[in-house]
Amino acid sequence: MFNFENFIDLPLIWYGLIGTALLLYVLLDGFDLGVGILFPFAPSEQCRDRMMSSIAPFWDGNETWLVLSGGGLFAAFPLAYAILMPAFYIPVILMLLGLIFRGVAFEFRFKAMRSRRIWDYAFHFGSLAAAFMQGMVLGALVQGVKVDGRSFAGGVFDWVNAYSVMVGMALVFGYALLGATWLVMKTDGITQEWARRCASYVLGYIGLFLVIVSISMPMMHSHIRSLWFSMPNLYLLLPIPLCSLAFFVMIWRDLYTGREYRPFLMSLGVFFTAYLGLGISLWPWLVPFEVTFRQAAAAGPSQSLLLVGTAVLLPVVLAYTGFCYYLFRGKSSHETVY
Amino acid sequence: MLDKLDPVLLGRIQFAFTISFHIIFPSFTIGLASWLAMLEWRWLRTKDVVYAETYRMWVKIFAVTFGMGVVSGVVMSFQFGTNWSVFADKAGNVLGPLLGYEVLTAFFLEASFLGVMLFGWNRVSPVMHFASTIIVAAGTLISAFWILSANSWMQTPRGFLQGADGMLYPADWLEVIFNPSFPYRFIHMVVAAYLTAAFVVAGVGGFYLLRKRHVSHARVMLGMAMIMAVFVAPMQLLIGDAHGLNTLKHQPVKVAAMEGLWETREGAPLKLFGLPDQVGETTRHPIEIPKMSSLILTHDPNGLVRGLKEWPREERPPVAWVFWTFRFMVGIGMLMILTGIMALVLHLKKRLFDARWFQCWCMAMTPAGFIAVLAGWFVTEVGRQPYMIYGVMKTAESVSPVPGAPVAVSLGTFLLVYGCVFGAGVHYILKLIRKGPESDEEPYGSHGLRKPPVIAEWAGEEGGRHV
Ligand code: HDD
Ligand code: HEM
Ligand code: HEM
Repeated sequence: MFNFENFIDLPLIWYGLIGTALLLYVLLDGFDLGVGILFPFAPSEQCRDRMMSSIAPFWDGNETWLVLSGGGLFAAFPLAYAILMPAFYIPVILMLLGLIFRGVAFEFRFKAMRSRRIWDYAFHFGSLAAAFMQGMVLGALVQGVKVDGRSFAGGVFDWVNAYSVMVGMALVFGYALLGATWLVMKTDGITQEWARRCASYVLGYIGLFLVIVSISMPMMHSHIRSLWFSMPNLYLLLPIPLCSLAFFVMIWRDLYTGREYRPFLMSLGVFFTAYLGLGISLWPWLVPFEVTFRQAAAAGPSQSLLLVGTAVLLPVVLAYTGFCYYLFRGKSSHETVY
Repeated sequence: MLDKLDPVLLGRIQFAFTISFHIIFPSFTIGLASWLAMLEWRWLRTKDVVYAETYRMWVKIFAVTFGMGVVSGVVMSFQFGTNWSVFADKAGNVLGPLLGYEVLTAFFLEASFLGVMLFGWNRVSPVMHFASTIIVAAGTLISAFWILSANSWMQTPRGFLQGADGMLYPADWLEVIFNPSFPYRFIHMVVAAYLTAAFVVAGVGGFYLLRKRHVSHARVMLGMAMIMAVFVAPMQLLIGDAHGLNTLKHQPVKVAAMEGLWETREGAPLKLFGLPDQVGETTRHPIEIPKMSSLILTHDPNGLVRGLKEWPREERPPVAWVFWTFRFMVGIGMLMILTGIMALVLHLKKRLFDARWFQCWCMAMTPAGFIAVLAGWFVTEVGRQPYMIYGVMKTAESVSPVPGAPVAVSLGTFLLVYGCVFGAGVHYILKLIRKGPESDEEPYGSHGLRKPPVIAEWAGEEGGRHV
């Protein structure tokens, strides 16, 4: 029975891996959920067809990162999975229902004639619900989760409050930015023009939300305050907000100068810095302020077994995912051929 | 009133409903993916455009089903936590890595190459496209491998230790993955999926032949499906028998429930029908074949078979469920074998594609595979009750600390949403079937776009991009 427990820091590696999987999920599914959020506002039916076909080959792969994050949490940190899922029972189910509607809309919409409108809205509200619920879970998570022994001890509606609603909205706007800049990259003509306007419209809101969250987190928790504002740390961590700011400025300028690729990459950058900031604030908690990633870690052999597979397979997965993005590069058309 | 609801019962109903819904789609796509690969291979070899057109029709149906399989599967991967969190905590060390491997080895593969399969026609070469189809087909089988390994481990757990803290720890991974019931269950399920897809294809082929539409395509469909019925349906009987004997070794009380046998006895009869009575501990009004049960289970007409009364009442599964679903499954298996025999006879009389009654028969058999798969899973899953992990952990001990009311509401919502989604999916699939393989002449999409070129024209072309 192999076990690397004594050679390497398994829980730490897994913490990093799950964090990466979740980040990839947020970035990748973020843009296709964002396209769904913007969907009904598009200027014409033709635009909507193009929007849909720009993400049709990718959404399934993107969503698989969510399955990997969930499945990975179950495998590597079963205790955290067992506490968080019941704690967020309702928002998780609502998110799943949202994902169901938006997932089947891809297939049904292209086959529908009269009922196309229904699937347009299923796609929109599904994406919206999924994004909003993910945001609410995040908002509730940073406020802490009640735990007793090895299980969740709070109430069914602990996750609902003004703060989590705000974070939910923030994520909706954030995904909309990713979606809009993706469309700037993948389309042209009126669709692109419209996407560009959307992007600059949501950009301001995102800035506002980011500022609120960045101020409120240290205000809510004194240890987060001391983490960020104690002396060597401040200088070490300062690059994160500065980078974020720089990305904002670049998106703003690029949207006016008509660049097509950079706004999307910079939006990914904004998400990355925000994610990193959150990660640092929540370190080392997996179930905030109750269970650390070390306490939640699965047994050494379990983490070892999956690590072997991950080390071999994750690069392969990334390679062929990259291949698919490469294959469907360039502007998307409004036809879906199959 | 909502507070009085039993969260364990509700959680079980929700899990049973959502997984029953999920399994419908894989059991079709596992079979269909392999068949599509076969079709494309025939096309590349023979350059007969009928194969390509048949492929193009079925790949659309595949896409719809696959989409529904994916979204319902994502739900499943969260349900272990939302509804069975205690189980997730205790068994996570053992089961987690298996599910993790499923994501890494199967889901990414399927999801990525499905995109190439559906949208890559004019971007990759025909051979590369064929490779994508094969990869997707392989992905579905790998997926089945891991999930069935996990499920089989819950039926026949091996290779683990239980710590003083009640947690389960892996001791030998090979024993965990290749636990005693896994090989049987895996083969039985894959063959079931192949049969399910074959009978759907046969039904559609029969429908076209009956209407005298798309005749050359319909012959391909019905012909290839009947090859499955002739050769694979009888195999399923043998595999199922072996599977049952294996179950007898590891979960004898499940087999006693399948047989509806209460008293331990020698020369036990086979009950074809009867009404199992859990309280009265008997099976009423049985129609029996003497000594048959002993013969099947022990290969000796006077062999000793253990009855349900050997186990205390609270260790027995709900007998009627197991008894009846088992009969459904085996009954359908027999009908499938019968279909194969009829097809063989018709073929020898050179009437396979003309006999109208047989076309109607095939149409009637379209849903048979799905019913058998669901029935089979009910046998397996209900038959292991009251255990979640057989002999180790009871279902009632596994449930999440979520009160009854939200579970009741979520169950209701799932029923509603899945009902709508399923209805719509079936509607669109029927529409695709009505449209048939050749009717690409119609305007494409709702606003009369240029129709996509037929693949045959693309075969020579290098992957040029549009726009
Ligand atoms: C990987 C695991 C797994 C797989 C592949 C399946 N199941 Fe299952 N099933 C479970 C894991 C499980 C479980 C988590 O272990 C449950 C939940 C409660 C329980 O007793 O076992 C369960 C319960 C359960 C019950 C409730 C039994 C009862 O209340 O008496 C039914 C009817 C089914 N399942 C039906 C199915 C069907 C139709 C399946 C077809 C795919 C299926 N299961 C596959
Ligand atoms: C509790 C049990 C199960 C869980 C947690 C589960 C999970 C999942 C998930 C998350 C997906 C989506 C993958 C993607 O994003 O591409 C999926 C799809 C799939 N599952 Fe399951 N699944 C379960 C049961 C089964 C069973 C019993 C089988 C077959 C024997 C199966 C075979 C498949 C296949 C072939 C797919 C691909 C989609 C399709 O063919 O419809 N799954 N499953
Ligand atoms: C005709 C003879 C058949 C026999 C004797 C047979 C036997 C069995 C037995 C004994 C089980 C229960 C295994 C357990 O206790 O865990 C089972 C399960 C199952 N059967 Fe069958 N079966 C037959 C046909 C079929 C057919 C035709 C299908 C589908 C097309 C099918 C699909 C299934 C499925 C999906 C399961 C649950 C998964 C499993 O445990 O393998 N079976 N079968």
